[in-house]
Amino acid sequence: MLDATPKKLAERTSGSMINPAKTCQPIGAMYAALGIHRCLPHSHGSQGCCSYHRMHLTRHFRDPVMASTSSFTEGASVFGGGANLKTAIKNVFEIYDPDIMAVHTTCLSETIGDDVPTIIRQAEVPEGKVVFHANTPSYQGSHITGFSNMTKAMVTYFAESQLAEKEERVNIIPGFINPGDMREIKRITAAMQIPFTLFPDTSGVVDSPMTGSFQMYPRGGVTLPELKKTGDAKLTIALGRFASSDAAETLEKKCKVRAATLRTPIGIKATDAFVMALRGAFAVEVPRELEEERGQLVDIMTDTHFHFHGKRVAVFGDPDIVAAMTEFLLSLGMKPIHVLTGTPGGALGSGMAGFEGEVKEMLSAAGISGNVKSAGDLFTLHQWIKNEPVDLLIGNTYGKFIAKAEDIPFVRLGFPVLDRSVHSYLPVVGYRGAMRLIEMISGALLDRQDRDAADEDFELVM
Amino acid sequence: MAVTEKELGEILAKLPSKVQKNRSKHILIKDDCKPDQEIEANTRTIPGIITNRGCAYAGCKGVVLGPLKDMIHIVHGPIGCSYYAWGTRRNKAKTADPADNFLNYCFSTDMQESDIVFGGEKKLAATIDEVMKIFNPKAITISATCPVGLIGDDIQSVAKAAEERHGIQVMAFNCEGYKGVSQSAGHHIANNILMDKVIGNSSEEKAAKPFAINLLGEYNIGGDGWEIERVLKEIGYHVVSVMTGDGSYEELRVAHTAELNLVQCHRSINYIAEMLEVKYGTPWLKVNFIGIQSTIESLRNMALYFGDEALRKKTEEVILREVAKIQPQIDQYRKICDGKRAFCFVGGSRGHHYQGLFAELGIETVLAGYEFAHRDDYEGRKVLPTIKTDADSKNIPELHVERDTSRYQVKLPPEIAAELSKKIPLSDYPGLNVDMQNGSIVVDDLNHYETEEFIRLLKPDIFASGIKDKYVVQKMGIPAKQIHSYDYSGPYAGFGGAVNFARDVSMAFASPTWNFITPPWQDQPLLDGQINEGGAA
Repeated sequence: MLDATPKKLAERTSGSMINPAKTCQPIGAMYAALGIHRCLPHSHGSQGCCSYHRMHLTRHFRDPVMASTSSFTEGASVFGGGANLKTAIKNVFEIYDPDIMAVHTTCLSETIGDDVPTIIRQAEVPEGKVVFHANTPSYQGSHITGFSNMTKAMVTYFAESQLAEKEERVNIIPGFINPGDMREIKRITAAMQIPFTLFPDTSGVVDSPMTGSFQMYPRGGVTLPELKKTGDAKLTIALGRFASSDAAETLEKKCKVRAATLRTPIGIKATDAFVMALRGAFAVEVPRELEEERGQLVDIMTDTHFHFHGKRVAVFGDPDIVAAMTEFLLSLGMKPIHVLTGTPGGALGSGMAGFEGEVKEMLSAAGISGNVKSAGDLFTLHQWIKNEPVDLLIGNTYGKFIAKAEDIPFVRLGFPVLDRSVHSYLPVVGYRGAMRLIEMISGALLDRQDRDAADEDFELVM
Repeated sequence: MAVTEKELGEILAKLPSKVQKNRSKHILIKDDCKPDQEIEANTRTIPGIITNRGCAYAGCKGVVLGPLKDMIHIVHGPIGCSYYAWGTRRNKAKTADPADNFLNYCFSTDMQESDIVFGGEKKLAATIDEVMKIFNPKAITISATCPVGLIGDDIQSVAKAAEERHGIQVMAFNCEGYKGVSQSAGHHIANNILMDKVIGNSSEEKAAKPFAINLLGEYNIGGDGWEIERVLKEIGYHVVSVMTGDGSYEELRVAHTAELNLVQCHRSINYIAEMLEVKYGTPWLKVNFIGIQSTIESLRNMALYFGDEALRKKTEEVILREVAKIQPQIDQYRKICDGKRAFCFVGGSRGHHYQGLFAELGIETVLAGYEFAHRDDYEGRKVLPTIKTDADSKNIPELHVERDTSRYQVKLPPEIAAELSKKIPLSDYPGLNVDMQNGSIVVDDLNHYETEEFIRLLKPDIFASGIKDKYVVQKMGIPAKQIHSYDYSGPYAGFGGAVNFARDVSMAFASPTWNFITPPWQDQPLLDGQINEGGAA
């Protein structure tokens, strides 16, 4: 497995990727758009883009992912995609009848410079229907940037400030996480009895139940009226700087809704921060239900600390999830010595600064020296591991090649997970999500200990 | 249960008029009384239609080049295109030295905005140099993505310069995603360059053993190619190369030495098959190793071609033994499948190939079609002269090869070839339509709307297609079988593969999981009560 990867660190200056840890913007935009009720994402580019994104999302969620395409040909690439998009808008509403069409661009339509807002204005949009767009050039950022841009477009197109005084309501932007995580964030917020709008919200869309009939637009998703009212809420909590803060800051500028950016609530500290932010802003007591869950989590952490304490970990994936996971690993007494994201860690807006700085600060506070990289790839991560081995690898499915090559226990986390099921239904966020993560981490480490134990060392109780 | 023109008309009537007019030409009801039913294919999908189709890049790099295991395939473009074609197609491969197998790697120039603005040629050249330094592969391919053509990066020159620097072949494929109307354009582009630059690029003049064949259009999904090769080798064939599943640069170079080319997927590789015949005089034989009878027939046709008595005998011996081994298992699975009805909508050959295997399990195919085929894949190669070129097909270069005077050999005297052609599909593919049942539906580039409508109308028991419509169909309570990726199972080809397919399809029908769709409270009253004498208790 990956036998051509040398141990000696390769000098690389070309800027190319070998075994990437990111993909392109449009898939993130497509996923975000699925989080609006009765919305059909539309890919303005070649058919292949739409096909690949639907394929990948479908494999991760094992649920229908519906989206349409402008089906560019060479002619459209030369003369512009305006006619294609107008035809698509007409056909989509007549045939597939969504309420909203969310157009995102691709490297093709961006390179030729299609003016999407103008095309939309010139298109025949049926009465009561809405088309909006986000620019998502594939040659900038990553799929996380695409998610962020589409979420920001929801604010720029729809958010309105209609009331003189802000309402006692919080907007929560969850970031590029699973519907199971979105459900958990909603449950926590509801448990604190705070009115909220979560957007985008893919729960009930890509984790829809089996009923015996196919619903092109399932029950889930944030509604258009809810999106409009985000401008009247008193606070927006952006969970994850890379995927969510741009939309929150845009809403602050547009409608004067205070924005607070927090880590994705993975692990005890980030969940505490989320709960405290809600408590502080709305002056509500933390309910017994959550306090009990937190107590259970701490109980598990202390009772089983010897399962994981001091173990060296490599963690990779999307920046918001990796940063939060690193923090949790430190809370568990583990040693994240290789931390990598494929998403570039600078430029593009205030939310996009300094993944490396953020993680290094955490590591140095814990007295750990490690490799930290943004805009990295899995070839680099593999070389790091060959030089400084780890006890555990955490990341998306693509990590399995390294895990097999180096015979390392592997915990699947993030996007995409293509080779295991159920992950998208159950949370890794919140206190209960943290319990689940400990179960996964301990399970992986102890399974390995069992596998490698001599008969006389094989333990019944661990 | 046949579909009437009226029912079909009602489905299409709900579409906007232009779409209706277009789509009506892509759908036909098989009518045995009409021998030459025409279907429109390989034309643009209308924007906004939810299609399963992909792009030229997917056909070139994803399908044809990707499986070549000992070459490094660099994708020049933004990150996504390379990422999505990384390990997602299940084209298995092994090499004697595992360090020569690059299939688990993904290489992208990861173009950034500055590369789009100022050009990406330097970055591509630097990437090639880096890859050479780290991996030292035998050869490199470069596949272009959409922006590359638009900004005018000259990848051919970059490749040529790299060849000079590194002394290996570096081939550039202008398979930008917007070319053509589907993956099909990319197949053609890949075929042209492999034929032009790799096949025959060797001093070998003769195959190492007799009965030398190439297996074209077999991508070793789930190990299909290995199951086919197992049988071919046992009969006594020498497999020179497989294009391109588990294929290698080294094998491709000597592919000109084969005496016969087998064509499994006609759509993706017929170009190379044809060019090999023109250049080297090697005929091709359309084979189908999906299904027991199709496999048997393909093996017998091969034996007929070579006309060797010992080979014929060995063929029959292997067939007899293989069938005896699998038939009892197939019979068991048939009990579960018998009487069921299938939709079979896949790619460019499997929509046809799987019908025989379904039939062997007692499953009737009531609707079939291709995602990216051409008219000849439906109507047979006899229609080739009548296919009109349009703006989209004109953009794909045609490679015209000429007879290689030193290597050209007449493999079959013309009179024998003519005689054989009456018995076996020698350099011919009769297409899908002839095998469709009277009254069944043939549909090209099936879209989401039609999928839902045809399911409503025909109520199939199983839907054979890909990942994008799998869960749509399963939400309706109908099992869907991925025939692109085999739902991560396989092999499905050959004799052993037929059993695997039968097992998996039977599992889909027999799974108790379907029985829980309706919750118990939906058909039970909320309150239990009895009517006693004198009133309710």
